[in-house]
Amino acid sequence: MAHVLAFEKPVVELVGRVRELRELAHADARLAPELKRLEEKAAKLAREMFSKLEPMQKVQLSRHPNRPYTLDYFARLFDDFIELSGDRCFAEDASLVGGLARYHDRSVVVIGHQKGRSTKENMVRNFGMPNPEGYRKAIRLYELADRFRLPVLAFVDTPGAFPGIEAEERGQAEAIAHAIEVMASIGVPVVTTVIGEGGSGGALALGIGNRVLILEFSYYSVISPEGCAAILWKDGSLAPRAAERLKITAPDLLELGCVDAIVDEPPGGAHQDHDDAARRLDRALWEALVSLDGLSPDELTADRYQRFRRLGSFVA
Amino acid sequence: MSSLPDKTPAQGFSNEKRSLGKGVFKKCGGCGSVLTAEALSDTWHVCSGCGYHHPMTPADWRRLLLDGGALERWDDHVAPADPLRFDDGKGYRERLERAKKQSGQTEAVEVGRAHIAGHPVAYGCYVFSFMGGSMGSVVGERVTRLFERATTDRLPVVLLHASGGARMQEGILSLMQMAKTVAALSRFRAVRKPYISLCLHPTTGGVAASTALLGDVNLVEPNALIGFAGPRVIESTLRTTLPEGFQRSEFLQNHGMVDRIVPRSEMKSTLTVLLSHLGGGRA
Ligand SMILES: [Zn+2]
Repeated sequence: MAHVLAFEKPVVELVGRVRELRELAHADARLAPELKRLEEKAAKLAREMFSKLEPMQKVQLSRHPNRPYTLDYFARLFDDFIELSGDRCFAEDASLVGGLARYHDRSVVVIGHQKGRSTKENMVRNFGMPNPEGYRKAIRLYELADRFRLPVLAFVDTPGAFPGIEAEERGQAEAIAHAIEVMASIGVPVVTTVIGEGGSGGALALGIGNRVLILEFSYYSVISPEGCAAILWKDGSLAPRAAERLKITAPDLLELGCVDAIVDEPPGGAHQDHDDAARRLDRALWEALVSLDGLSPDELTADRYQRFRRLGSFVA
Repeated sequence: MSSLPDKTPAQGFSNEKRSLGKGVFKKCGGCGSVLTAEALSDTWHVCSGCGYHHPMTPADWRRLLLDGGALERWDDHVAPADPLRFDDGKGYRERLERAKKQSGQTEAVEVGRAHIAGHPVAYGCYVFSFMGGSMGSVVGERVTRLFERATTDRLPVVLLHASGGARMQEGILSLMQMAKTVAALSRFRAVRKPYISLCLHPTTGGVAASTALLGDVNLVEPNALIGFAGPRVIESTLRTTLPEGFQRSEFLQNHGMVDRIVPRSEMKSTLTVLLSHLGGGRA
């Protein structure tokens, strides 16, 4: 079920040719040098083509239906993942998954928004848009991590918190705010990675990391480009303009200090090679995690406080 | 995240003032009866006929709640920048200038030290007439400093919210103010002084989802709109019409999100009792 966006066609063809040659080279070792040459050339070419992408095209990549989701990364990065569920209050929310896992030699708490790949899956996952129960499960997991002194690895991929009648009845605003407070205060290392869509407050509830990483073709924004265009110009079709003005791409976010590092994606984007995307993320994630080694619980909380304390732009 | 434009429809009230002979008359947003500005001013802008609470300015709130109406202002010098050079047809700087003129304020929140019935407090009040009370870097910084100073000086915090949410024109930096203010609040908890949150009409989006509902005690005004997603967003997403009273104060109390709905006439006495119970400590 290859889904191809118009602007990525040349890159997809290129990546496809490399993949074919790789299969041939598997059977015939003499093709190895040729494969290596083509791989390098394709990577360079793909990078060149994608270096000129418009912000809205990056948003489209972040929403690509073949893009790896949280559980795709869990499967590749972690051993012994055991999912924990429920908010102990009202319901289980499958748009946000979490649990315990082993990362290299360490036990960690993992958590992330989860989108569905089919319409049927999305009925269950609610397109990765949590209700309050999702955030209250997150709170449970942050507190569990704190009590057992386990690092938290969070994965952000949501269009936003669900804007629904029942979500409001059950306190969506309070649930998000409370999750932010608990995530800010726990005395363990926290690393957040934006792997796809970083949609507003619903993303931020998983975003209070000592380190915040972002995949190359992800975005993180206070409002969706469509929502912004609808408010400013009463025209959702002007989303590309809003995407540009809002400064939501990975390099913009790095410049504004809102993320600490950009994780390169495979040629053509993470959806072209889930394994390769996970290997690249693994290197950055592990580096971020071990950079926090040796800090006491109080130092970890203070480090997180200072990281967010300096964000903002004003004259004083 | 609803960022309201800088016009303030509020409750369709200030738009309807008109001069008739010697006095200024206003039409009540609740019952429609015509009231004189003087009569409204005497009742803190509450309709004597139906009890409807019309919006008040931060200056009115100071006079209502603070001893002598006095606020020792903090951080007025923290002023907005234009980090994204945001332009949506009108430049952000131009919008800021207009908001300053309209509101008579330097930004969308005022903070400082004050007394409530003798209790010293760190006090803040959002300015809805300044770009819909939206939270950008300055609001985030002032509220963060409010909690930091309250932590250092061991003061209770009383914070009045009225905001459409995060300020779009500062993009991701405005989202980060939610993290910053809530993190400062979480540090403040350690000094065991009360944080009393008051939600005025309206409190939505990123402000609702940061400090507004995290009070040790959450108070709300009658009939205030409080919620994460704005009603228009929900209506257009779900293609439905919302039930009467949805996201209003009574709805929030029924769903367990707030402690009390407090009419203006009882606001100061309610705060005073809470401060005395929770160790506000008299000056
Ligand atoms: Zn009336």
